[in-house]
Amino acid sequence: MTVSIQLEVNGKPVQAEVEPRRLLVHFLREDLGLTGANIGCETSLCGACTILVDGNAVKSCTMLAAQADGAAVTTIEGLARNGELHPLQDGFWEKHGLQCGYCTPGMILSANYLLEQNPSPSDEEIREGLKGNICRCTGYHNIVEAVKYAAERMS
Amino acid sequence: MYPAQFDYRRAGSVDEALGLLQEHEDAKLMAGGHSLIPMMKLRLAQPPVVIDIGRLDELKGISEAGGGVRVGALTTHADIAASDILAASCPVLAEAAGHIGDAQVRNRGTIGGNIAHADPGSDLPPVLVLLGASVHLQSPSGARSVAAADFFQDLLMTDVGEDEILTHVDVPAQSAGAGAAYLKFEHPASGYAVVGAAASVTVQHGRCTAAGLVIGGVGAVPTAVDVSSLVGADLSDDAIATAASGLDTEDPLGDIFASGDYRVHVGKVYGKRALAAARDRA
Amino acid sequence: MAGVLGTSIKRREDPALITGRGKYTDDLLVEGMAHAAIVRSPYAHARIRGIDTSAAKTYPGVVAVLTARDVAAAGIPGMVPVGWLLPDLKTPAHPMIAADTVRHVGDAVAVVVAEDRYVARDAAERVAVDYEPLDAVADVVAALEDGAPTVHDDAPGNVAFDWEIGEKDPVDAAFAQAAHTVELDLRNNRLIPHAIEPRAALASYDSSTGVMTIHMTSQNPHVHRLLMTLASLGMPEHKVRIVAPEVGGGFGSKIHHYADEAIVGLCSLKLDRPVKWTATRTETNLTDAHGRDHSTHCAMAFDGDGRITGLRVDTKAAMGAYLSTFAPAVPTYLYGTLMSGQYDIPAIHCHVTGVFTHTAPVDAYRGAGRPEATFVVERLMHLAGEATGLGPIEVRKRNFVPADAFPYQTQVALAYDSGNYGPAMDRALEMIGYDDLCREQASRRGNGNGRRQMGIGFSSYIEACGLAPSAVVGSLGAQAGQWESADVRVHPTGSVTVYTGSSSHGQGHETTFSQIVADRLGVAPEAVEVIHGDTDLVQFGMGTYGSRSAAVGGSAIAGSVDKIIEKGKKIAAHLLEAAAEDLEYEDGSFRVAGSPDRALGLGDVALQAYLAHNYPDDLEPGLSATTFYDPANFTYPFGTHVCVVEVDTETGSIELLRYTAVDDVGNVINPMIVDGQLHGGLAQGIGQALWENAVYDDSGQLVSGSLMDYALPKIHNLIQFELDRTTTPCPHNPLGVKGVGEAGAIASPPAVVNAVVDALKPFGVTHIDMPLTPEKVWRAVNAD
Repeated sequence: MTVSIQLEVNGKPVQAEVEPRRLLVHFLREDLGLTGANIGCETSLCGACTILVDGNAVKSCTMLAAQADGAAVTTIEGLARNGELHPLQDGFWEKHGLQCGYCTPGMILSANYLLEQNPSPSDEEIREGLKGNICRCTGYHNIVEAVKYAAERMS
Repeated sequence: MYPAQFDYRRAGSVDEALGLLQEHEDAKLMAGGHSLIPMMKLRLAQPPVVIDIGRLDELKGISEAGGGVRVGALTTHADIAASDILAASCPVLAEAAGHIGDAQVRNRGTIGGNIAHADPGSDLPPVLVLLGASVHLQSPSGARSVAAADFFQDLLMTDVGEDEILTHVDVPAQSAGAGAAYLKFEHPASGYAVVGAAASVTVQHGRCTAAGLVIGGVGAVPTAVDVSSLVGADLSDDAIATAASGLDTEDPLGDIFASGDYRVHVGKVYGKRALAAARDRA
Repeated sequence: MAGVLGTSIKRREDPALITGRGKYTDDLLVEGMAHAAIVRSPYAHARIRGIDTSAAKTYPGVVAVLTARDVAAAGIPGMVPVGWLLPDLKTPAHPMIAADTVRHVGDAVAVVVAEDRYVARDAAERVAVDYEPLDAVADVVAALEDGAPTVHDDAPGNVAFDWEIGEKDPVDAAFAQAAHTVELDLRNNRLIPHAIEPRAALASYDSSTGVMTIHMTSQNPHVHRLLMTLASLGMPEHKVRIVAPEVGGGFGSKIHHYADEAIVGLCSLKLDRPVKWTATRTETNLTDAHGRDHSTHCAMAFDGDGRITGLRVDTKAAMGAYLSTFAPAVPTYLYGTLMSGQYDIPAIHCHVTGVFTHTAPVDAYRGAGRPEATFVVERLMHLAGEATGLGPIEVRKRNFVPADAFPYQTQVALAYDSGNYGPAMDRALEMIGYDDLCREQASRRGNGNGRRQMGIGFSSYIEACGLAPSAVVGSLGAQAGQWESADVRVHPTGSVTVYTGSSSHGQGHETTFSQIVADRLGVAPEAVEVIHGDTDLVQFGMGTYGSRSAAVGGSAIAGSVDKIIEKGKKIAAHLLEAAAEDLEYEDGSFRVAGSPDRALGLGDVALQAYLAHNYPDDLEPGLSATTFYDPANFTYPFGTHVCVVEVDTETGSIELLRYTAVDDVGNVINPMIVDGQLHGGLAQGIGQALWENAVYDDSGQLVSGSLMDYALPKIHNLIQFELDRTTTPCPHNPLGVKGVGEAGAIASPPAVVNAVVDALKPFGVTHIDMPLTPEKVWRAVNAD
């Protein structure tokens, strides 16, 4: 069987027929070609697949595409507006908050959610807020710096 | 990994969900999916039919009810952690919800899905047992409620019947003079509680009139510790340590990170610390 | 361009990666692509009695199901080779699909190709393999015991090799006369690399051209092509193109040639269509080469002044079920040769037994041998500080190779070209505020051995990186050269493209290599494009591992730039009617010495080089140069790290309080990137010390195969690091650079363990094996 879904992805309406078992991350990556959200594990721990669903950071590997019916989804591809990088994208670039870049889209979207909740987080609050995202390259030092940089610019 | 094939039904109401449950043998209810989908991805669960109850607004939300707080089964951990109502009348539940997983998991995971899955390392069960919460279940034949202490039956096993839906949880408001705390010894990989200690202490006119301690993570179900020795006592550190050392689990859980013996030890230490924190908040 | 070297310019790699446009292997969606799912052994050791593929073959959406029979029928070599040979090394066959015996959980037994990745997985579960389970041994010590199950019949006793370095007799004599000795039995825990991007391959064979293109997660595409064509697919090298698109981290795990990528190649070859395989986390953890896994006895002897007189090391090193690409080199030439550390040790003997086990293979993982050696030396030095009464600082300083003793020939083959160890330690002590910490520690200890003890741990490490020179590594058994190539092309308008054999997978080569060219050629970094990771574009390359890219790959680029300048001088001299010897090159211009107005820009000279109208008779047109740079020696980064921890003695929990690292990696091209490499290495080394552990049970099942049980360092468990540098340039390469990719992972494990052991000194604790889980710490505190 298939399920009919309608949702908004990065501000654009999307309509599709999907298998019930199709994970949202595969729907985004393979059906819509939005390959920014990555897959790094199968136990909902690495956070590389993090996207925003109705403004909330969620792990798109632990959500069926069918569950996203009616939702507004933002992926890393939709974060920059009018060709201008989001302050977090800028911060990760400026502060060397990424190396291989694989965890970066998820990390940035988690940080985006964190700053929505708490516009001026302490180091500790940043570390607590991003604990659902694993980076193997940076040791997180510059990720903390990048988020602080963005928070300052956004305030 | 990818789930095996299944049929997907989306329920528009609790009644419809109950009907679908009756109609489809071995169907699984899905709330936020944060317990079920990981199992399905690893193909440890292969239900032929998944009934999505995630959109049932009637099961969402936190409200004051009958001197306590009613938490709908589909309320997310994030909403529980941020609830003003709970902050005022039952802050320890919000505290525990804030310890679950990470921000993304808390945004999707729900109290109903969490306790129906009954992972021994979950943060909510010991708190619900401590608080004397009641879990409400509905079936085609009617509704019933069960005390949290009886709800959790064994590892990943609860009192939810095959034809039942968990609708909400009622939590008594914290009484005047009561302090409660939840302390978590977190698994460095999974983020689950190796030990989760939920404690409450009520102090009236300088005397302890009630105390409770429930430890999660050590046994298959939350383990209540008899801390009645604290009632009427001075709540000194020594008295608290003695009370917490009463933790006794016949067959403690163990894994490569923490053996059963060690979990019991940490349960006692965290029990002590949670009681002390509760005392300081009372 | 002046001022570009040593500057933290932002990475040019980043705009694609922060917007989701970077394309990793699994991001590639190709017309007509099918998906492969590999059927793997659930047993650590079993005989395959039969395989029934009929249910899978008839499953809707399935294109093909292949087994070892199809490998044989294809008439290809079908093997996974080892690329480093030791004397008397046992090299049992490693078929890319197991035919009759499986030797570790995850060994490939069949592959299903389907139109959809979900369907491929469905069908893989329908391949019925009839296994006869056999006894297995997963533990490196148990595998050497009498009667242990045998992994390979042609490796009796599970011994892959028996290797030694140094002289045994002088060491025995040193111990016989020692005033102090310290000794330790330790396990260096097995690690799973965990690049966050799992391994993946997209193979596209086109029968009309006979060309196979494989996009894959590779740290070294040319090495992969060589091994893939030679031993696995048996295709001619010129008909195979390997491309590493964006690669999501490697840490060693994407150096090696694995069965899986070859299997995907075979599928595409047979089906004449693109086939993609992407490992799940579980699969990649079962099959990626793991790291470390040593069991070691070690001891150090000292004279009455606390000077080291001898070091004895005996190690059993796990190889896993098969010899991975560089596996035999890791616990030998990358381990035994590092045993002198920063110290002047007159007698060293190191004996290593390589051991087959029914587990995933073990090979290079960030640091590869050097972290294990550093752990041995620095743990012993901590114990020596106690045994000699000199303390951790003085015992080290007293034994440092003096600054005026370089070049220094160790007793274990390596000759250190340069070093100056004292200043790095002094700076680290200054940064950490050592005296204040000691007072704080004393106060906590004086306070009735309270619940929260503080410990301070040191690690003064050395590493050898930039693996080299080719002739030397060849004599030691390497089946590959250890040089690097760089083709630098100046375009007619003066902009530059660099084709490098290094293959970046997060290190930022495009940025740093452009800085090298910009500095040397006097152009803006933006005028330099850097191409890597494609065997069709780059002539040949050894790839990126062993902290070699700046020292070897960067030096090759510098060499090519120098050749271009020399050629440019000849062209400019002709145009300016001057002698080439009188020309100087500065800031992008060729100038006649003493006549500043007689000058030509690089672009002018480049244009003339391509027009060749008004041109020297004896010169070929064009302005490009290729260099194969073969270094004269390793490079030897060093430094001192200090870790401060708090231990909750009631639960055994450890909290990191401070971490200071003073490293000397030679000249620095981009400080921001260098610091980033150190941060990442530190996280991995601290992860090894505190959390990470690949655990197999007695039956050979990987118990910590998922992130539910394997604890990677997470953001809330780490702290901001405090870094500084000293600079002792490498004397033998044109850039004076050494390498930084592995330093953090090499130095940090003993710093952390020494800190915890220091915290627990009042409890009589002298050693705890990594990872220092709370339970192990608690048990050590409460041991009788």
